[in-house]
Amino acid sequence: MLLFVLMGIVLVGLGFIIGYAYDPQGGGAFIGIIVAVIIWIVMTLVAFSSGSAIMLSASNAKEVTPDVHPQLFNVVEEMSIAAGMRKMPKIYIIPTDAPNAFATGINPDNAIVTVTAGLLARMNRDELQGVIAHEMSHVVNRDIKFMTLAGVMLGTIVIISEIFLRSLFLGAGRSRGKGGQGQIIIMIVALVFAILAPIMARLLYFAISRKREYLADASAVRLTRYPEGLASALEKISGSTEEMPMANKVTAPMYICNPLKKKGMKMSDLTSTHPPISERIRILRSMAGGAGLANYQNAYNSVKGTNKNIIPAGELNQQENLGIREGMGLAASTDIKTTTRSSHDIIMKVNNYSFIDCNCGLKIKVPGDYASNVFYCPRCGYEHHIA
Amino acid sequence: MTALWIILGIVGVLIFMVIGMYNSLIKLRNQVKNAWAQIDVQLKRRHDLIPNLIETVKGYMVHERQTLESITNARANAMSANNMTDRVKAEGELSNLMGRLNIAVEAYPDLKANQNFLALQEELTSTENKISYARQSYNDQVLFYNNKKQIFPSNIIAGMFNFKDEVFFEIQDQAEKEVPKVSF
Repeated sequence: MLLFVLMGIVLVGLGFIIGYAYDPQGGGAFIGIIVAVIIWIVMTLVAFSSGSAIMLSASNAKEVTPDVHPQLFNVVEEMSIAAGMRKMPKIYIIPTDAPNAFATGINPDNAIVTVTAGLLARMNRDELQGVIAHEMSHVVNRDIKFMTLAGVMLGTIVIISEIFLRSLFLGAGRSRGKGGQGQIIIMIVALVFAILAPIMARLLYFAISRKREYLADASAVRLTRYPEGLASALEKISGSTEEMPMANKVTAPMYICNPLKKKGMKMSDLTSTHPPISERIRILRSMAGGAGLANYQNAYNSVKGTNKNIIPAGELNQQENLGIREGMGLAASTDIKTTTRSSHDIIMKVNNYSFIDCNCGLKIKVPGDYASNVFYCPRCGYEHHIA
Repeated sequence: MTALWIILGIVGVLIFMVIGMYNSLIKLRNQVKNAWAQIDVQLKRRHDLIPNLIETVKGYMVHERQTLESITNARANAMSANNMTDRVKAEGELSNLMGRLNIAVEAYPDLKANQNFLALQEELTSTENKISYARQSYNDQVLFYNNKKQIFPSNIIAGMFNFKDEVFFEIQDQAEKEVPKVSF
């Protein structure tokens, strides 16, 4: 919250100094603030009304029905019961082999949880539950709303300083005449601030994002009572090398793991939306005492060797003593090739493909928009009719 | 004149605070009730799944006839129980028996390869999970409500309007205390 307020101060300060630079005598500073805030509000409204639609269509996501993947559906329902949500979120699936997941929806009643086919191919039930719990925690902790607000604020700051810097260079030829030495100094201050503000805002934004990730991990464990599930899921996700397509800096904070990681490139701590995965895993694995938020806080402190508060103090006051449950012991029974193939089948199912088993043993997948209702098996030539 | 306005202002603010605290207590109490209803929904779902399960495994699990019979009986008991104590006991019994069946399944590889059974198994696993998560969520809501009720200043409002403490869903049997481990 403090970081968010700081970001707001950067925005207001930017409006103030630019307005003041243009019109020190009149109410320039005041107008500058008003304009900055209005731009932020308008952009926020736009983001709130169309945010998830843009994100879902940008990532080519399709809605899943219970019959396509009963387990995914059940796990989401379990977690929405555990979180005490009034409505179960909708579930979407993205056709990519990179394992990842994200949640959208400004308020919990219209939340959407999205997973990739690669995630379904790799996770066992406990791990899937951990990932879903993390995403649901983003929803019930209102992180989506919060990160949208912060993200839009960052965008506003970038736009305002951009406009100011450009207009400054364009107007450089014209002399403003009236201004004395004082005006020049103010202009220089404004210039420096306009260059620094986006950088500061960015760092603040990343810091907020990382904090919310830790909190979502903590809440996820509180929901599942099983830290190992999420830990081992994160381990598997970090072990994969597939790149997540269609992810960018703006949508990155919504994912369970940073989708922008590149092989061989080490993200600097300050400019990442997510804390290092290895650290998140270590914290989860050192939660020995229980599955409560306070236990996560203790584990965090012992791993990081600091005393920072990652959980809001109000939440820590709740007296709770939550035991850790045992794993369900459902190991991923089959190898990754088989599970990847079955996850591709799921993608085809949500895209209206029909599946036909030929007598020769071949499984034929027919697209939903196949024009004719007769086709021949490519292996044995048997004539099939589609109902 | 000014003094009167100030007093009126203070009274107005106090009234709003009372209304706010009263409403949030009501809201929390409703969430407790809602969470309780959710447990009920999940227990009913388990009742609905059992006949189907028995039907599927009957042919395979010839040596488990007794367990299957007692599951059917426990289900009937749970469904006909008309007071809370009986019901909690019957549902606990049912959970134990289901656990025992899950272990027994290990001895029947044919059953574990049956597609129908696999689908049913996922439903059962999930239902057991949902029961325990519903219970967990109920206890969370009770905790929030009781905390709110006992903390100053809302404890005054709670006392004035006679809000009662809600009780946690405790499980008597130690074995039942663990989240049911369903692994076929």
